Parts: sequence; C-alpha cells; structure tokens
Amino acid sequence: MKAWLLHHARAGSTTLRKLVRAPLSTLFNVVVVGIALALPAGLYVGLANVQKAVRTLSPEPQLTVFLTLDAGKADASLIDTRLKEHPLVSRMRYVPRERALEDMKRASGMAGIVEALDRNPLPDAFVVDASDPAPDVMERLRTEVATWPKVAHVQLDAEWAQRLDAVLKVGRIALLLLATVLAFSLVAITFNTIRLQMLTQREEIEVTTLIGATDGFIRRPFLYYGAVLGLLGGLAACGLVWSATTVVNAALIDLSYLYGARWEVAQLSWRDSASLLGFAAGLGWLGAWMSVARHLAHVRPR
Amino acid sequence: MIALSNVTKRYPGGHEALRNATLTVERGEMVFLMGHSGAGKSTLLKLMAAIERPTSGKVVVNGENVGSLRARAIPYLRRNLGLVFQDHKLLFDRSAFDNVMLPLNIQGYDRRDAARRARAALDKVGLLGHEKALPITLSGGEQQRLCIARAVVHRPAVLLADEPTGNLDTAYAAEIGELFRSFNQVGATVVIATHDLQLAERLMPRLITIASGRVDTRTAEAA
Repeated sequence: MKAWLLHHARAGSTTLRKLVRAPLSTLFNVVVVGIALALPAGLYVGLANVQKAVRTLSPEPQLTVFLTLDAGKADASLIDTRLKEHPLVSRMRYVPRERALEDMKRASGMAGIVEALDRNPLPDAFVVDASDPAPDVMERLRTEVATWPKVAHVQLDAEWAQRLDAVLKVGRIALLLLATVLAFSLVAITFNTIRLQMLTQREEIEVTTLIGATDGFIRRPFLYYGAVLGLLGGLAACGLVWSATTVVNAALIDLSYLYGARWEVAQLSWRDSASLLGFAAGLGWLGAWMSVARHLAHVRPR
Repeated sequence: MIALSNVTKRYPGGHEALRNATLTVERGEMVFLMGHSGAGKSTLLKLMAAIERPTSGKVVVNGENVGSLRARAIPYLRRNLGLVFQDHKLLFDRSAFDNVMLPLNIQGYDRRDAARRARAALDKVGLLGHEKALPITLSGGEQQRLCIARAVVHRPAVLLADEPTGNLDTAYAAEIGELFRSFNQVGATVVIATHDLQLAERLMPRLITIASGRVDTRTAEAA
C-alpha cells in the first residue's frame, strides 16, 4: 500500500517536472486541446442560451376549440360555460362563425373566395389559454375538451415553438457530433504526444523493463501526463468560453440599454465546467493508455 | 537454480541461434559460458532473463518455467536477477546515484532505505566518490562498474553478465572479475557469457563451452 502510494506520488511529480521542463510544448499542447474542447463547449453554451431565450420570448401556447357546423348558439354558450368553469382554463375568447368569416374577408386575396361561397363554411370557435402552459397540461386539456359534445376538433397552437424546438434538436445533434469528433481528436493528440515522449524515453523504458518494472510502473507517469494534459486543456477551454461569453455580454450591455431591457448570456455553469474537466482528463488518460499499450506490445519477449 | 533442457531458439528468418541446448547451473555456482561471438552465449542469457522466449524446450530459473511465463509475471522474475550488459545500458540523463536507485524505485523501496543501499552498492564498486557524476563523464571501466552496482543493489540471487569485460583493458577487467568473485562468495549464482580466457583463468569458474549454437555436453552439468 505504501509502495503503491509512493509510486503514484513519484509518477505525479515526474509528470509535473516534465510539464515544467518543456513549457513551450506544454503550452502548445494545452492550447490545442483547449481549442478542441472550447468549440463544443462554446456551442453548448450558445444553445443553452438560445433555448432559455426562446422559453422567455415565446407566447403562451393556446388551444383553439372548433365546434361542429351544426352546433347552435345554445351549444356554444354551454361550452362557453363549461370552459369558464374548467380549472385548467385561465382565459378564453369566443369567436363566432360570422366573425371568423368577416376576418377571412378582410384577409387579402380571400374576399373573392368568400363572396363565391353560398354559405359560411366556418365553425364557431373558442381560443383558450390554459392556467399552465406546460405541454402535458395543454395536451390533457386538449383531449378532454375534444370529447365534449358538439366539439369537432381541438388544435394546439404551438407550432412555432415546436418548430424552434426541432431546430434546437438539430443543433443538439450537431453539438453531439462535433463533441464526438473533437473527443477523438483529443484522444489522438494525447496518443501522439505520449508516443513521441515514449520514443524519446525509449532507452529508459527498455532499461526499466529489463530490471523488473511492471507495465503499470512504466504506464503510470504517461497516464498522469495524459490526464493532466486533458485537465489543463479543459481549463483552457473553460477560460476561452468564459472570455467569449464575457465579451459578448459586454457588447450586449450597450444593446440592451438601447432597448431598455437587461440581456445577458449565461456562463458555463460550475457543474458543466466540472464535467468538462472530468471528461477532458478521462480522454487524455484514455489516449495515453492506448499509446502506452501499443508501445509495450512491441517490447514483449518473443 | 538454472536449468535448460533441449532448448532451441530460432529467430524469424530461420537463423538458429541455439540447437538442443541442455545445461544446469547450481545455486551459488559461478559459471562462464565460453564461445566465439555468435556462438549463442548472449541468446542463452536472454532466454534466462525472459528477454526472449525459446522456440522449443524448457528454461527453468529459480523453479519457474521462464519460457512460458505470463507477461505480467516477468517483471517479478527479473527482480530476482541482476543483469550486467556489455553496453551498460545506463541512463545518461541522470546521475550515477540515480541510476543505481532505479531498481529500488521500481520495487517500491522506502526512499531512505533505498538511498542507503544505493550508496552501499556504489561503495562496493568503488564509485562512492562519483555518485553525483553523470555516466557520460565516467570511463568505460567505471561505467561497467556502475552497471554492476545497479545489477546488485537489490541483492539478486542470480547475476547474469553478458561480456562484462568486452571493451576493457586487462587491469579494468581484473577489477571487474574480482567484483563478480566477491558476489559469488556471498552466495549469488553468477553466470557470465564471455570469450575472455584471461578472466576465466583468474576466476577459475566452471566453463560451459558453446560452439555454433550447440552446448558441449561434457561441460553442461556440474561435476
């Protein structure tokens, strides 16, 4: 146990010495890893902000209840009362079929068509705001109202939000792809860095193997190096994203002042930063592991 | 301690370095493997240290079948061995002292204990005054002695040396020979591959002669 701790302490200090002894190559490696990580992290922050903005900007979704064409004024007022008394309904507006036709006539280009009709094809309708705009509440209300007598169809007017949601979903998939590709590149960067290190330390590895070093002993400092490289790269990425959002926020202050509002881009959260660092360190570790495994396979006795 | 039976080693490409080699080395013995370069002496040592695996036959060191040892177990076999190389295989980026510390670090010795042992080993080979020196500043004989200090610092039961006096003049070679004799006297099994007849005359070890991959059977067993 003590020997094990000693080995780890030694691997750690060897790694730090290696990083400090070659500051320029360390810096470049960290920057490369940092940029590779900052791209998906930045996109993530952007998407999260757009999503949040959309949630605050988008109008509350509404339900439109269309009655059947044979529904009379009495049926309409009955439904009117039922909607008013419904606990999930916060507000509602009655649109009689005559008014709907008037509206349609006023819409450009439609007047001729409406004139040509020998009767009003439009049903009575109600536009309903729910007490809670959550999709599942809206959906519950929609299915319930649809079962009422003389109700032909209930439509959820959330198409705009749905479309945007679809766009965001595409964004998220793009983010996932980008993150995957760059994760591979991070593994590749550490793989190559470690491979070069192992080439320059080929003699040391050979000698230590000959005098009884286990694979673990040889692997350990390289794994540490890979993980620390990933970690530093992750820190660099956090720094880049933080600077970028700070710059954008500074620009937004002027803009939002003109509009008399307060707009701000949210930073990468502590939790997301922590997972970014963990992820980066893990990938660095993985790249180093693969590199060492490949090298060690070549020095086995034949 | 070491027993080879019917060992053949064929390298990729078909070159046969050893054919049907059988020999034994008893515990505490000093044995010279004698023969011209290319006779298969180095191959014998490499097989004993699991640096190479036999094509066929059995290599047993310290009761373990080295030829079929799993890769994970090889380091622990080597910790019972001390290896001395003709080309020293010292690490030139660190001091003599750190070179000798290496086997102890690998085996996880406590730092203070390790330093004490390393100094003792350096003292034994007469390099205590050079502990801070980089190997490149040492003479050929000193480098070889440093290599020996590294090989014995963890007190291995078996010392394997490949042409330890290969590039040295007679005076240095005699010093090195005395070192091996003293390790043998405190109980280490010593196997030296060499073609240095003078060394053999001085130390009077058992000689096993090898010619073109074949071990002379008359010399293969202890008398």
